Amino acid sequence: MEAVLKSIFSIGFVFTILRVTTPLLYASIGVAISNQSGTVNIALEGIMLFSAFIGVLVSALTKNLIISFLIGSLAGISFALLLGYFSMKLKANIILSGIALNMLASGLTVFLLYLASGDKGVSSSLNSLAFPVVHIPLIKELPYIGKALSGHNLLTYLSFLSVIIFYILIYKTPIGLRIRAVGQNPNAASSVGISVFKTKMLALALSGFFGALGGLYLSMGYVTWFGRDMVAGRGFIAIAASTIGGHKPIGVLLASILFGLTNALAIYFKSLRVPSEFIELIPYLATIVFLVFYSLRTKEDK
Amino acid sequence: MRGFILKYFDLIRVLLSISIGLTLAFIIMFLVSDNPLLSIRSLLIGPLASRSRLSFIFETATPLIFCGLAASIPFQAKQFWVGAEGALYFGGTLGTAFALLTRFPSGLHHFLLLAFVFIVGMFVGLIPALLKTRLKINEFVTSLMFNFILYYSGLYIINFHFRDQAAGYLVSNAIPKTVLLAQFIPRTRIHLGIIFALIAAFLVYIFLFHTKWGYEIRMVGANLSFAKYGGINVKRVILYSIVLGGALAAMGGMIEVMGIHGRFNWQASPGYGWNGIMAAIIAGNHPLLIIVTSLFISYLITGAQIVNLVTDIPAEMVTVIQAIIILLVTSQAFLEFWRHRLIVKEAAKDGSSS
Amino acid sequence: MNPILEVKDIVKVYPNGVVANRGVSLKVEPGTIHALVGENGAGKSTLMKIVFGLERPDEGEIYFKGKKVKIFDSHEAIKLGIGMVHQHLMLAPDLTVAENLFLGIEPRKGVFLDIKKTLKSAEDASKYYSLSVPSRLKIKDLPIGVQQRVEILKALVREVELLILDEPTSILTPQETEVLFETLKGLKKIGKTIVFISHKLKEVKAVADLVTVMRDGKVVATQMVENTTEKDMAYLMVGRDLSFEKVEQSLKVGESSLIVKDLSYMNLERRPVLNKINFELKKGEILGIAGIEGNGQTELAEIITGLRTSSYGEIIFKGDNILGHLPRKIREKGVAHIPEDRMKHGAALDISTQENLIVDRYQKKPFSNILFLNWKNINQYAKELIKSFSIATPNAHARVGSLSGGNIQRVVVARELSSSPELIIADQPTMGIDVSATDTVHRLLIEFRNKGAAILLISADLEEVLKLSTRILVIYSGEIVGEFVNTPDLNGKDLGPYMLGIKKKEVM
Repeated sequence: MEAVLKSIFSIGFVFTILRVTTPLLYASIGVAISNQSGTVNIALEGIMLFSAFIGVLVSALTKNLIISFLIGSLAGISFALLLGYFSMKLKANIILSGIALNMLASGLTVFLLYLASGDKGVSSSLNSLAFPVVHIPLIKELPYIGKALSGHNLLTYLSFLSVIIFYILIYKTPIGLRIRAVGQNPNAASSVGISVFKTKMLALALSGFFGALGGLYLSMGYVTWFGRDMVAGRGFIAIAASTIGGHKPIGVLLASILFGLTNALAIYFKSLRVPSEFIELIPYLATIVFLVFYSLRTKEDK
Repeated sequence: MRGFILKYFDLIRVLLSISIGLTLAFIIMFLVSDNPLLSIRSLLIGPLASRSRLSFIFETATPLIFCGLAASIPFQAKQFWVGAEGALYFGGTLGTAFALLTRFPSGLHHFLLLAFVFIVGMFVGLIPALLKTRLKINEFVTSLMFNFILYYSGLYIINFHFRDQAAGYLVSNAIPKTVLLAQFIPRTRIHLGIIFALIAAFLVYIFLFHTKWGYEIRMVGANLSFAKYGGINVKRVILYSIVLGGALAAMGGMIEVMGIHGRFNWQASPGYGWNGIMAAIIAGNHPLLIIVTSLFISYLITGAQIVNLVTDIPAEMVTVIQAIIILLVTSQAFLEFWRHRLIVKEAAKDGSSS
Repeated sequence: MNPILEVKDIVKVYPNGVVANRGVSLKVEPGTIHALVGENGAGKSTLMKIVFGLERPDEGEIYFKGKKVKIFDSHEAIKLGIGMVHQHLMLAPDLTVAENLFLGIEPRKGVFLDIKKTLKSAEDASKYYSLSVPSRLKIKDLPIGVQQRVEILKALVREVELLILDEPTSILTPQETEVLFETLKGLKKIGKTIVFISHKLKEVKAVADLVTVMRDGKVVATQMVENTTEKDMAYLMVGRDLSFEKVEQSLKVGESSLIVKDLSYMNLERRPVLNKINFELKKGEILGIAGIEGNGQTELAEIITGLRTSSYGEIIFKGDNILGHLPRKIREKGVAHIPEDRMKHGAALDISTQENLIVDRYQKKPFSNILFLNWKNINQYAKELIKSFSIATPNAHARVGSLSGGNIQRVVVARELSSSPELIIADQPTMGIDVSATDTVHRLLIEFRNKGAAILLISADLEEVLKLSTRILVIYSGEIVGEFVNTPDLNGKDLGPYMLGIKKKEVM
């Protein structure tokens, strides 16, 4: 136990938090953007999974990171647009079509993985790439925090930058104003000729893009392979995180870090003599606990 | 003809969705298979080609029917509880534990075991249900989280307490003969569980459409504010719809253990819960139709596994087909333009004749 | 002069089979105020939604300024120069007035919003059209009359030439209505054309130049307003004379039935919605609650019937304080509730008529025993109600959603009044339904009053309140601000200042 405590107060622990927060942060931003337009992106789990796979596949085929990034993002965006199309144009219940799309991603990635690599579990036989690790010259030299803040994956830095992008997009641009208007009162937007469908689709596309970055990070940064169902519920945890964060930039950032912290703790507990099954379920249990606290707190406010 | 189409429009829509899903599957097979005709034949005719394969359809359908029914009750109340997978897994683990720890004569042991599993399933449903009714926490997210939590908890229970140390992989000790379900058709593994599943489907049908509680559930699903206004205790309805869902899924899990394997042997979650949810959605949450759709899905699963054996196409194709069917089936506007045109023509006909 | 707008032979059938327009043709001259009148369901709103691109016609043509146009969405309509102010205001509650005004045509600085310029433009427009609005405030903090002004200004900053107003006065007080009419006349002076949808003939007389009357999805007549009378128009609208007379008062006002004491309620946003409401309702009387929509009326109805909780005070019915009791318990004491929103509370559209008719009594004999429903008895019972309340439905199994609005309301009323209630809470019982259904509802309420039931009639339709009530309370901003005995000469002008909150008298 002492060893665990010691390691929790170490620089490595902060490093781990940032590392495990990254995919959750992307996913939560994704959920939050679509939520601002009044759509819950139930398919985010599938989006992340599909992009994670496509990124690995394309990088193995092209050996080009930029192309992998672009096609991986497109994969996520198109998946998000499918959710929008089915729920809005074809009037499907969004939860049911979300369930279907998540299943589609789960089946399709294994299907394609098998065709591409002959393996149904992991993509290790594919020679895929990863996004580079960045050492920031000045910060790297700082005592203590230098080691925690420098040396992360490029996508980790981009994830924190994305919070700012999200903020500017939603509050400082006409697109953001329209997304908020559509979310608050779709009729208000349509009455002035703003297409509710297009705006929501745009928000979903952005949501899909950030979800895709989360997926790409998982398979091309966090680890360097694709594994069956490797997103492991992060897309759903993000729905919880975004809710707790009020679907707003700062809130989403703080909630994601909170969830990331829990995950990091779980990883550090692995050195204790606790059955690994208990460690594995911590993130999911924590999600429920946080939702309960959040709900109790907002209930008191009212 | 027009009137006929309008009357059976929903059925026609489902059948068309299924056809489109299958057609897409055929196209995929033509694109990726070295021997597409063999693949298609294996998928469609393969499952019917031998006794053991036919048997497999019915075996697989058994837990699907339970999970489909489990999903249908909360779905009828428009509660998107998707915890069947976790409830099935956990029902299987705790049921196995109960079977291994207790000694009773056969018959009584069966009854006590299933009653125990039923109660376990109720508790599994109770937590997300209470979170929903007390704290307004979305049941979809919590039931998903519980799928993971129950999976890991079940895995722990089997791994640390009931593991068969002699086996080379993670399975429980064999459960006593006093709780096994008879396989009653020679040279198949079809067991009494299918009978239980059929009875359960019938009971759920009676429950939903012929009892006061079923009426309450359907009213809450049709319009929650209306149900509340009419004096229905909505929170209670939400609670028992999900609790019953949990109980049915847990039963499905344990019955599978009792009928097929005789021990708990799911290292990974078997996916019956999700397939059951698919069966329920395609059936429009109608308990009797769930029997049909479960058999259909399990026919597809069987076919896909044969395809996987004889050709180069992985069985996960069936998940893709299912997902596409679900997308189309749940799309209320799919073919709506056609229906609208039929209605306009009918209206025009009525107008000119009057 | 060439018409600015001309529609020819418009046909519109809704997906549920309702035919809203059956070959409508209409011309609107530029620079006029053109009223479009008709009963609810006559097809006037549908027609204008087609012109504004919100609905697509199944047949027919539209000409704007002489050119044939196809309007697929409201964006198209606005680009052509057609604007519309809807009955339900279409504003984003958390955005400011300025942001709402320039939504979709936002002033920009590069790719970003130019927030300063947005504010300035809003203030300029407000001055130019003399419509005063507070640019910096959020919509949700403004009274409804001001919100409507924002709506009108929103169309004007888009430089529309034709402005359609869909029943704009239904949410306004008589005083606010007068202000609106002045605004409309001012707009006419600067050359704008206005189509004014209404079913209130007095207003048409007051403001319009031309009037087109619609009935059953068809145009019946178009006339100069100065050449026609309210009575003529009413005759055209319904095909018969309408009586505006008040009903005879019951002589048998009995002992007290419902006493509401110091009832207060705050909503989820912690805004006080009801503030120390006190009144007494006696058996055999209809107590009218007049007031502009959104002043706490519906909350009051929902608190009495148990649908809304966490309020304070006392509601005494039959000697018990029923505040906070479950809806079922309250119903079983003999309370019926005709809800304001029949689609939300009153009916479940996707299920059968018979299942809708038993929602408050399915648990009782003869509809069920201890376990099972008795479908035979339910069907039998439903058939009886369908017959006695003349509900036009193919059979008891038909989906309620496939019925017309008036018939859905008949289903609601049939269920509520067949439970032999002693207290009836009727919240907007005739809003949006046709004349004959309205007549039925009014007749039934009077019948129950005469039988000794106590009736709380909540209505934003002053005519209805004045016609039926024994006494009238005026509610404003969650408070009872006026109490009147409904004498034959009491009229809307007397209640107006109270409804607007200008006058307030100490009551009880």
